[in-house]
Amino acid sequence: MSDLPRRDPRQEWIARNRLHPRHAEVLLAAGQGAASEWQGPNGLVRRNPHAIGFVGPNGVKRIDRSGTQQGAGGGGAMRPAAERKPLVEIEAPAFLVAVVPDMAGGRLSGHDRDLLGLARQLADADPVARGAVVAVIFGPHKETSFAEAGVDRLLHLDSPDVAGYAPEARLGALTLVEEAWAPRHWLLPDSKLGGGELGRRLAVRLGERPATSVWQVAADAEAVMGWQCTARGAAGSLDIRRPLSRVALALAECAEPVSETRHAATELALPQPLPSTLSRIQDLGQVSVDPSGVALSEAEFILSAGNGVKDWPGFHHAAEVLGATEGASRVAVDDGFMARDRQVGATGTWVTARVYVAVGISGAIQHLQGIQTCDKVVAINMDPGCDMIKRADLAVIGDATQILEALVTLVAQAREEKRDAA
Amino acid sequence: MQPEVTTMPALEVTVLVSVGRHPLTGRTRRADQDARGVELARSLADAQVRLLHAGMRDESSEAALRGYLGMGFTQLSLLEQPEGADVLPALAEALDATSPHLVIAGERAERGEGSGLLPYLLAERLGWPLVSGLAAVESVEDGVATLLQALPRGQRRRLKVRLPAIVTVDNAAPAPRQSAYGPARRGAFETTAGPVSDDEEWAAWQVQPARQRPKRLKIVKAASARDRFKAAAAKAEGGGGQVLTDVSPEQGAEAILMLLREEDVLR
Repeated sequence: MSDLPRRDPRQEWIARNRLHPRHAEVLLAAGQGAASEWQGPNGLVRRNPHAIGFVGPNGVKRIDRSGTQQGAGGGGAMRPAAERKPLVEIEAPAFLVAVVPDMAGGRLSGHDRDLLGLARQLADADPVARGAVVAVIFGPHKETSFAEAGVDRLLHLDSPDVAGYAPEARLGALTLVEEAWAPRHWLLPDSKLGGGELGRRLAVRLGERPATSVWQVAADAEAVMGWQCTARGAAGSLDIRRPLSRVALALAECAEPVSETRHAATELALPQPLPSTLSRIQDLGQVSVDPSGVALSEAEFILSAGNGVKDWPGFHHAAEVLGATEGASRVAVDDGFMARDRQVGATGTWVTARVYVAVGISGAIQHLQGIQTCDKVVAINMDPGCDMIKRADLAVIGDATQILEALVTLVAQAREEKRDAA
Repeated sequence: MQPEVTTMPALEVTVLVSVGRHPLTGRTRRADQDARGVELARSLADAQVRLLHAGMRDESSEAALRGYLGMGFTQLSLLEQPEGADVLPALAEALDATSPHLVIAGERAERGEGSGLLPYLLAERLGWPLVSGLAAVESVEDGVATLLQALPRGQRRRLKVRLPAIVTVDNAAPAPRQSAYGPARRGAFETTAGPVSDDEEWAAWQVQPARQRPKRLKIVKAASARDRFKAAAAKAEGGGGQVLTDVSPEQGAEAILMLLREEDVLR
């Protein structure tokens, strides 16, 4: 049997002819879903307006009155937005711009994306001799959108030496990058997440005087590198206008992130393996801190309670077992179950957690504003239609008390097994 | 026969102090992070703490430096430098000569360029390890210090470093004690002249009071009217999250636990 589609002109004609007695069944057989028009039991013609039309290439619903397009669906599905961006490939770059993002939590942060935007600005300034942006990533990561963030080449160094707090090993790796490719610019985030420290170490090792706390970069033909920058100095009370140096540490919002193009993000490899350095600093790992002592606005993991929580001791116990900072919606605070300083939302605290678990919170707009910058939102709720479910990355519909209990049991079990194994 | 004396050699700590600037009035004061560093050094058991400052000596800076003396010191070593000079050679020479076990500094100066590079330059020059953003020194035993480093979001990390080392102090370190007026008046400056090197680059830069950074506008890059309307009327939406309906509490809890593990927030 051949796979060629066979056309049946008569069936097509019946499908076009809305007055044909077999119109409805032919449409059904053609797999175009429900008929939009049929004869009701009393002889009235019933119409289903929702079954007509298709979604056009721009995502707008279109109705074709010629009759060929009848059932629902079937239209051109929208391509994902990422694929519609033009792909930019730089085969033979004139120079390289090296970026070392923080990758807090294994993903590119907003600060990292701004920095990559700045790197693109530096690389694409001269359309004749374009540079390539190299991102140097340490340790395991979960990021999938390097191409959309504007990375041409990706150097992923994933050896146990550079994992955790290993500034000396990372500095050694960056020195190898410098020897191998000699990038024209080094850009690092001036942040407390490690970028500021690594950048200063690198600058000192390379013998460069870095521009720190850079927040604005503009082209200037008279400057040494062709760029002039504005940097904050003296605890943020001075603006220093100076030529951009080879190593620059930039603040957040130093440039617009890349949004219109896609880039290749080709994997690079170092020409030689990382040397094993004997570190003078030994990382003993993170220390567990009391989560209730962490300010709500900067907590990493928040377990937040709303009107749907009935078992308050159970909720506090769950927060303790999970090691989460407690938050609350306005209702829970007004009803006196939680303290006022725990309120999340427009009238309370604007939180920046990486993971926000909303237990029994339906998601008033003021509350959703307060959690705008959270990365992952988990909702536990009885009502499948509430706004929090629409915002959440993972939503579990069910009784909050039972789900929290089950979660606590699971976590305790996992800890027990770990202890037995150790 | 003489009795064997087994006294531990005291831990020699040098704290680099600078003249700070009050964020509102702009007057000179003891710099906040440096004062925290002094407090950290004061909290170490049997430590010999020495204060070291390199810079100009005039009326206002002397008043600020006396703030450190008021934290319980009788003297402060001062390396006299002209205004706008590079203090690195002088400090490196002074530290080389005294060779303390631990050097404590603030992260960034409150005046001048404030790039926060000085500790790194000193560490590179002296060949010592450097640990940044300290919250506490837990213990010092056999030439190895156990330190608590402050991370963003209120987290802490424990590190071990072999001495001699340079450490910088984070804002999360314990707040400094109040400066007592009497000791501050009685304290003496031990002035020495160090090597002077001018900072020509700094002199060439344009410096002005910081202006407010422009607020980033929300730019909507939409090809069609529908996209623009959607962007203008958008509600906060995660966009296609996973919804688990009709699951037992155990299954739901497992899904949540998987996400928490993936995000690595469980300790």
